[in-house]
Amino acid sequence: MDSTYALIMGFLSVVIVNNFVFTKFLGTCPYLGVSGRLDTAFGMGLAVTFVTALSGIMTWLVDFYILTPSHLEITRYICYIVVIAGMVQLVEMYVRKFFPSLYKSFGIFLPLISTNCVILGLCLFINIWGTNNLLEVAVLSTGAGIGFAVAICIMAAIRENLIMSDVPESLKGAPITLITAGLLTLAFMGFAGMIK
Amino acid sequence: MANENSASPNYLKALTIGIWQENPTFRLLIGMCPPLAVTTAVKPALTMGLSVIFVLVCSNLVVSMMRNLLKPHLRIIMFTLAIATFVTIADLYLRAFQAEMSEVLGPYVPLIIVNCIIIFRAEVCASKSNVIISILDGIGTGVGFTIALCILAGIREILATGRFFNISVMPSGFVPWAAMQMPVGAFVTLGLLLGLSSLLTKEKAS
Repeated sequence: MDSTYALIMGFLSVVIVNNFVFTKFLGTCPYLGVSGRLDTAFGMGLAVTFVTALSGIMTWLVDFYILTPSHLEITRYICYIVVIAGMVQLVEMYVRKFFPSLYKSFGIFLPLISTNCVILGLCLFINIWGTNNLLEVAVLSTGAGIGFAVAICIMAAIRENLIMSDVPESLKGAPITLITAGLLTLAFMGFAGMIK
Repeated sequence: MANENSASPNYLKALTIGIWQENPTFRLLIGMCPPLAVTTAVKPALTMGLSVIFVLVCSNLVVSMMRNLLKPHLRIIMFTLAIATFVTIADLYLRAFQAEMSEVLGPYVPLIIVNCIIIFRAEVCASKSNVIISILDGIGTGVGFTIALCILAGIREILATGRFFNISVMPSGFVPWAAMQMPVGAFVTLGLLLGLSSLLTKEKAS
């Protein structure tokens, strides 16, 4: 019972309170770049969630069963990036084979995911937090991906409305998006302290 | 835009293009995580900038040397492996000789691997031009990035603490803006700076 409670709390914490985009600035590039329209943002969020969950688990397994026992921690970053690139490739092949229509709508986003900082960031943070339980790792990685999806969808919805508003000429585009993002983080700070 | 400029054998241009004309933060809007994350004070921002210059120059050098051996479908993974190697070196160096900074920067040093600036320069410049141009381009872009980081960090540090490198610069009645230390300060300051840069560009053009 206790561990289930801890898992739910960990999940909520990584989705809302310690959202990777709002508190750790990870994945800011796609967050600003791909959030122009709600449907593409949703697709991107979904793809990232999928890859994050898989690579979080895989890198943890590699770290726990291969790198740490054989004292190869020095090659950690290289191993992580190879695992992530491999995961993205795998997901791409799988989606192309079994969901061709989904593959078409993802387009260029799928290969781009491998340079999304959320994924590598999550793998590094799992390492720093010292998580040593596969279930916890799975919950945290899925949560981080969902957190990113939530952030990018909120942003896209705001930006769709922003088109119609009267913004000063020089602030149009990226600057106003960043300021909006700032106000959003302020709103999300209201959740801080809810969960330790 | 980037292609034609970096392909011409103009060494001075290769060096200066990254500083303003193609400044990664203000003009190209790539690699936005570190400018937001490590700019609470100038010192970590400067450390970050120097690490990025090191990684950028080394990876540009290596990519440029092996540019004739690259296969199109393996290109990106080769870039990433080269970058990851140099980032590991930079991280180990920081941990050994700058322990305090390494602690502050934490996972943002290894996150240089997925910083779009480096892979972008490898793709646009280093995989197409000779070694000297690639190195100059690396230095130029890195310096441009560092300047952007330091401007942002300077503004945030002064407004959040009233100090700059531990020297009090604000008048005595100054109330520190706590929000500047928080994520919101990063986003809003960068947004306003971007607005300023686009204002300056437009005035120059007209």
